[in-house]
Amino acid sequence: MKTPSGSPIIQVAARGLVPVIQIIGLYVFFHGHYSPGGGFQGGVLLAASILLARLSLGTEVSQLLFPARKTIIFSALGALIFAGTGLAALLAGGHFLNYEFLPLPGLEPAELRNWGILIIESGVTLTVMTSLIAIYDEIIGC
Amino acid sequence: MIWELDFIILTLVIFSGIAAITVKDLLSAAILFGAYSFMMCLLWAIMGAVDVAFTEATVGAGVSTVFFVAAVFHTTRDSKD
Repeated sequence: MKTPSGSPIIQVAARGLVPVIQIIGLYVFFHGHYSPGGGFQGGVLLAASILLARLSLGTEVSQLLFPARKTIIFSALGALIFAGTGLAALLAGGHFLNYEFLPLPGLEPAELRNWGILIIESGVTLTVMTSLIAIYDEIIGC
Repeated sequence: MIWELDFIILTLVIFSGIAAITVKDLLSAAILFGAYSFMMCLLWAIMGAVDVAFTEATVGAGVSTVFFVAAVFHTTRDSKD
């Protein structure tokens, strides 16, 4: 919690597990097109890695990993990416979130849909990850 | 679907659910709720809903347990009354 855990086993295990969980989270996010997973689950896994550091390594070290004051900013940025992609398609002549009308030059409509889904999923990942960390920081009070 | 495995997991779901609301210690209740979530995740995976099972494993068994433990951290062991 606020002070680092006294057990060296927990410290070493947490330090080893945090990067592995982050790699798995990135894999789930990028492979969400083809397999179970996607933006939400990838974001939750990335948040779980930070929460493991917050629980075991104490406030001082884990705040260096992801500062509490930046969580709300990144959460709003992710929502902006999601809504901005939808509004860009709307302003370019299509419906809201119709990726075919995204103003990216030199891409086929199928490729535009592929990239558009990846863009909004990155927004979802950012928002879910930072919101969960912000909830934990609010409960603990740091 | 293997019915013996299904039966064992359903029994564990019911027992951990009842234990989570009857146990006195708050930290035990939080951990039992995590166990309940994980058993539900196995049940979803058996039924073929892999995406739901994934969400249940990450959110139910992972993050919400951490939130409950963080909330229990603010309570004290003994009550006045």
